[in-house]
Amino acid sequence: MLSVLLAGFGGQGVLFAGKIMAYAGLIEEKYVSWLPSYGPEMRGGTANCSVCLSDEPIGSPLVLNPDVLVAMNLPSYDKFINQVAPGGIAVIDSSLISKRSDRTDIRCFYVPAAEKADTEGLSGLSNNILLGKALQEARFASFEAVEQAVAKCVPPKKQHLLEPNIRAIKLGMSL
Amino acid sequence: MALTEKVLMKGNEALAEAAIRAGCRHFFGYPITPQTEVAAYMAKQMPKIGGTYLQAESEVAAINMVYGAASAGVRAMTSSSSPGISLKSEGISYMAGADLPCLIINVQRGSPGLGGIQPSQADYWQATRAPGHGDLHVLVFAPSSIQEMVDMVFDAFDLADCYRVPAMILADGMLGQMMEPVVFPERTVKQYDKGSWATNGHQNQRAHNIVNSLYLQPDELESRILERFERYEQIKQKHTRSEEYLVDDADYIVVAYGATSRIVRSAVNTARDKGIKVGMIRPMTLWPFPAEPIEKAAGHAKAFLSVEMSMGQMVDDVRLAVNGKAPVGFFGRTGGVIPTPAEVLSEIEKMAGGDK
Repeated sequence: MLSVLLAGFGGQGVLFAGKIMAYAGLIEEKYVSWLPSYGPEMRGGTANCSVCLSDEPIGSPLVLNPDVLVAMNLPSYDKFINQVAPGGIAVIDSSLISKRSDRTDIRCFYVPAAEKADTEGLSGLSNNILLGKALQEARFASFEAVEQAVAKCVPPKKQHLLEPNIRAIKLGMSL
Repeated sequence: MALTEKVLMKGNEALAEAAIRAGCRHFFGYPITPQTEVAAYMAKQMPKIGGTYLQAESEVAAINMVYGAASAGVRAMTSSSSPGISLKSEGISYMAGADLPCLIINVQRGSPGLGGIQPSQADYWQATRAPGHGDLHVLVFAPSSIQEMVDMVFDAFDLADCYRVPAMILADGMLGQMMEPVVFPERTVKQYDKGSWATNGHQNQRAHNIVNSLYLQPDELESRILERFERYEQIKQKHTRSEEYLVDDADYIVVAYGATSRIVRSAVNTARDKGIKVGMIRPMTLWPFPAEPIEKAAGHAKAFLSVEMSMGQMVDDVRLAVNGKAPVGFFGRTGGVIPTPAEVLSEIEKMAGGDK
């Protein structure tokens, strides 16, 4: 089983990126679960979501020690970096988080996602840039499955956002 | 959405979609976290299909609107979370007393009082012992996955109609909020003849039907209750449900339902890897409670453990079923804290006491 924790400020799109991951798993016929934080932290503080992708039925959908952490703000980094399972990976938005982890038992990738999103005309899509990096490093699904997943997650009325979402993922994969 | 397509859906939304597919066209609710998506989904969909979505002025009003709609013979439902269910309890008792079918959803949160908004199972006693005042039961389903939430909505409506009793789906914040793949079954909506009691329009073609829960003559009230309990007995005989997981050779049995059973399953698997012969019995209906498989397992199991998101409520029913044949322990977290697989594993190890 692969467990993922995506965390950031409410509005950065951690829940959406998590949903893409879960849908990609579904498309590849895996067992998947997606569990959001729904407490008061959603309203202005940090939001996070747990995603599990597995070949077996999933027990607890709550991820405490993720194999993959995607951290989109400093409070999330501080809260979760030491929770990452040994051997796991952390994808960190280095344009918003200046800290560097001294853990040697995990692989950390510092991606200036927010900055890249602005310069590449992908405003608001730093979530998917980080998702792309996570895909590249953790190989949680095939790119094709992720591409199909994005199509499932972008609402019919917002089809013009399909292309930039996928472009952001591709950009993240290349960083 | 195609009928057989596997989709990723939140538990709350899946409950609502399933209810619509089960023929429910009348929803009355009042917002409360963590079940609000049930109402939100209904608000969006019901107008499109000619149904009624109504946000009442309070939970008390909502359950009494369900009473009204159910009296007319239509499939009606309401949903809420713990504090809101307490407010509905008067109406639930009235509906039980008037022999009205309906579906009530409780997406439990931490309590008592306003409590919190995180997942909990502390309404077990309320659901199974006193969903309202008086000699009554409601049929209580306890799903543990989004798929099961969908399937149980169909079953709940059917059994409620068949036996003329309110049915409840007792979920929790975790199940309500999480997404999992789900397939909506191609089930035809069962039609029950409600002509003998429903207070719907008949253009003076028959005598009036009267829906009521007031019987001032004790003899008459008693006979009504006795007749209702005969129906309860049939439900017990035919519709008690549970799942057994690795029980046959188990020396130790964990009993858990709903979201907690998912965590317990993980812990049981790890304990098995460590050589502990442990299994799980998962009640899928809480009333009627599956006492029989537990009683049977007590024939070979050395100890039982009830794991709940409460201070220990279902454990009473486990003790009654085990009936002194083996020790029954309890482990729980409460107030919205979710037990971890590691915590449950450690309790299983304690129960086994080094026994492999």
